[in-house]
Amino acid sequence: MTDRPFLEISQLTARLKGSGTPLLRSVDLAVPAGSVHGLVGESGAGKSMIGKAILGILPRSVEVATGAIRLDGTDLQSLPPAERRTRVGALTALIPQDPLTALNPSRRIGPQITDRLVDILGWDRARAVDRARQLLAEVQLPDPDRILRSYPHELSGGQRQRILIAAAFAAEPRLIIADEPTTALDVTVQKQILRLIREMQERHGTAMLFVTHDLGVVSKVCQSLSVLYAGKIVESARVEDFFRAPAHTYSRALLAASPRYTDPHGSLMPVPDEVMQAVRAEVAAFDEGRAAHV
Amino acid sequence: MAEVTTDARGLVKRRLGLRLWLSGGWLLVLTLAAVFAPLLSPHDPLSQDLLGGRIPPMFFPGADPTYPLGTDSLGRDVLARLLYGGRIALIVALVAGLATCVIGSALGLIAGYFRGWPDMVISRLIDIWMAFPPVLFAILLIAVIGPGLTSIILAIVVIDWTRFARVVRAEAMAQGAMDYVASAQVAGRTRAGTMLAEILPNVLPTVVALLTLEMGIAVIVEAILSFVNLSISTDDPTWGGMISEGRTSVYQAWWVLVFPLVCLFLTVLSFSQLGEGLKDRFDPVLR
Amino acid sequence: MSEPPSDVLYGVEHLHLSLPDLTRKPLLGPAPRIHILNDLSFTIRRGEVMGIVGGSGSGKSTLGRALVRLLEPTGGHVRFDGTDITHLGEGELRPLRRRFQMIFQDPMSSLNPRRTVGAIIEAPLALHGFDDIARRSAEALDQVGLPRSFARRFPHELSGGQRQRVGIARAIAMRPDFILADEIVSGLDVSSQAQVLNLLEGLVKDLGLTLAFISHDLSVIRRLCQRILVLHRGVIVEEAPSDQLFAAPQAEYTKELLAAIPLPDLDQVWA
Repeated sequence: MTDRPFLEISQLTARLKGSGTPLLRSVDLAVPAGSVHGLVGESGAGKSMIGKAILGILPRSVEVATGAIRLDGTDLQSLPPAERRTRVGALTALIPQDPLTALNPSRRIGPQITDRLVDILGWDRARAVDRARQLLAEVQLPDPDRILRSYPHELSGGQRQRILIAAAFAAEPRLIIADEPTTALDVTVQKQILRLIREMQERHGTAMLFVTHDLGVVSKVCQSLSVLYAGKIVESARVEDFFRAPAHTYSRALLAASPRYTDPHGSLMPVPDEVMQAVRAEVAAFDEGRAAHV
Repeated sequence: MAEVTTDARGLVKRRLGLRLWLSGGWLLVLTLAAVFAPLLSPHDPLSQDLLGGRIPPMFFPGADPTYPLGTDSLGRDVLARLLYGGRIALIVALVAGLATCVIGSALGLIAGYFRGWPDMVISRLIDIWMAFPPVLFAILLIAVIGPGLTSIILAIVVIDWTRFARVVRAEAMAQGAMDYVASAQVAGRTRAGTMLAEILPNVLPTVVALLTLEMGIAVIVEAILSFVNLSISTDDPTWGGMISEGRTSVYQAWWVLVFPLVCLFLTVLSFSQLGEGLKDRFDPVLR
Repeated sequence: MSEPPSDVLYGVEHLHLSLPDLTRKPLLGPAPRIHILNDLSFTIRRGEVMGIVGGSGSGKSTLGRALVRLLEPTGGHVRFDGTDITHLGEGELRPLRRRFQMIFQDPMSSLNPRRTVGAIIEAPLALHGFDDIARRSAEALDQVGLPRSFARRFPHELSGGQRQRVGIARAIAMRPDFILADEIVSGLDVSSQAQVLNLLEGLVKDLGLTLAFISHDLSVIRRLCQRILVLHRGVIVEEAPSDQLFAAPQAEYTKELLAAIPLPDLDQVWA
């Protein structure tokens, strides 16, 4: 587990069943153990789709056409479905976007955290509750016992997101997929939650795929990133290199379009039409190249 | 992502197309048959021929070609009775369905959009109304005002308006919270104008689906009331009346029971399927 | 106040707004009230772009809706161009409504899904008795950079940025004096965000509009606004010219807000 990346995606292609519209175009990705990799793009770029493909929760209308998703060296795509599920369940976890809908409103918090440990990993109930209590303390929620007995509506958005983080780390996964985990939160709460995610991730040495549309967040949380357009990675880079000088024109335009209050005239720049045309042409050329091969 | 929705919509629409065609087709056939019943029926639906009773339908031994669907125990033509029964079924469906729809939807729309005291009054009225057992209510009503087509229609309206009122109220409430309603207010539209111009078009798909469903229910209610002899005079041909009569002689003449049952089943099913189909077709957003 | 009164378009004095909390209503007696806005006083001058910033639950949207009288304040005064509109009834407000318009946060829910873009822009014009409605609506589409053929489309056929342009077209077609923009770019991708902001900036200049721009994002606010109102839990915690606020924020909450924004920049001291 030293130099081989924990998560390695190669040539992953997904498309819409029936029409065959490509949704992911030969995605290559590598995340070393204990490292955070950002997936950035505008809505519809396919950034969440990658996380869903790993977890095996793609919508029924989408199919993975080709490619490999290797977790710790094993290609998930080659496993039979049941085995794939247990393997993914044991090694990965998800921090979802919306803390409001991710928790079942009619159940107490306690079982929502411990169910996974008991049902999937076969822990006994008492041990699972102990673990939940310890995790709630770790995500800095006061009075864990009260929280375990609460219903989701009795807690604030920030508290709920902390609970989802605790639940994600509960089974000590080796990879966490965070799907826009702070988009629904206020900026001051976002800061606390992002710090917490990073702290937990460092302490547990978890690899993380961090899906976001916000380059500002990437610069604070990730070690490396990939920029997506139309399901194709246009650039992958280490964060230090990217924010100093993005290699791809589309990445540069995206960075210039990002808000930055310290530079009111150098930020929030519209993406120039030439850049959009160029990146579209690149995707079209890629599709044609593939078609020629087949 | 845009492609996902267009494609999904295309798929859904194609499948709904067949449903819409089949249900609409049956209802169209039925309507034509009802309108031209006097031309289509080979015999008078009421004329009895006690010597020609229980003639089986076509292709069965002993059939009479002038009675394609056979005769009942009194020698009346089943086809003619079916056609004239269809007339009554359709009139009930149309008039009762529409009246129920208009009254219930209007009350629901007002309650759901204006909220406040109109909602209090209408909602309490619905609660009280729904506490009455509906069949008892209908029987009571007909007992008071006497049997007849009008009574059936009235009974259906009186029982079923709450169905529309409840659903439309909830839908109007949800639409009322949308910003396009606030936007109409910013534009200076009156409250009543907003209700009619902005909310109504958005609850219409739901209303249409409910309306066709209600037409099916009206057909069933009419059949049930005829079955228990509470409908129009017993001589008039109704599907429910035919089923009731056919029941007694099912071993000797199954056709008297089966044909009206099949018509009833197909008609009610067609109404509900038509509603589902129309709802999806007329919704530009396809919820 | 040093300016002559005619310079002030909106004058807000001791504005209070509270709503009954029906979730905690006792069996008998009135429900306790939640105070959403507490004693707000400020002015918006003609031709100014005023930013209103705050977190969720700060009351910024409620304040906006009170300004355009979608909500009725429970106390204080809101004066629009000298007229006290605080408690005016819908009938008395109607003639004034043309003059203050609003652009909504969620362009999907603020555009009636069963109407075409053309009908959406034209309906308010017809209500206020404008002549030449078709021409005005077509011009509004030109002004927001949408092709005139879009008039025949339905909202769900447009992208998020295009829908928001329709919302802007509907507002400017009325030739209002004032526009309230409530979080109008927060649902958009960064690239369309920038385009919509540029468009709005240009329109404010060209049409001589007064704009109140509500947002949770100080970066967006800085780009557009000359003066900024910071709202926290229903109270104005700071009001300052834009440059001053970013150079030397006074209120504790403003400082916290600024420090929390993650800039796309590795040199920012953030954690």
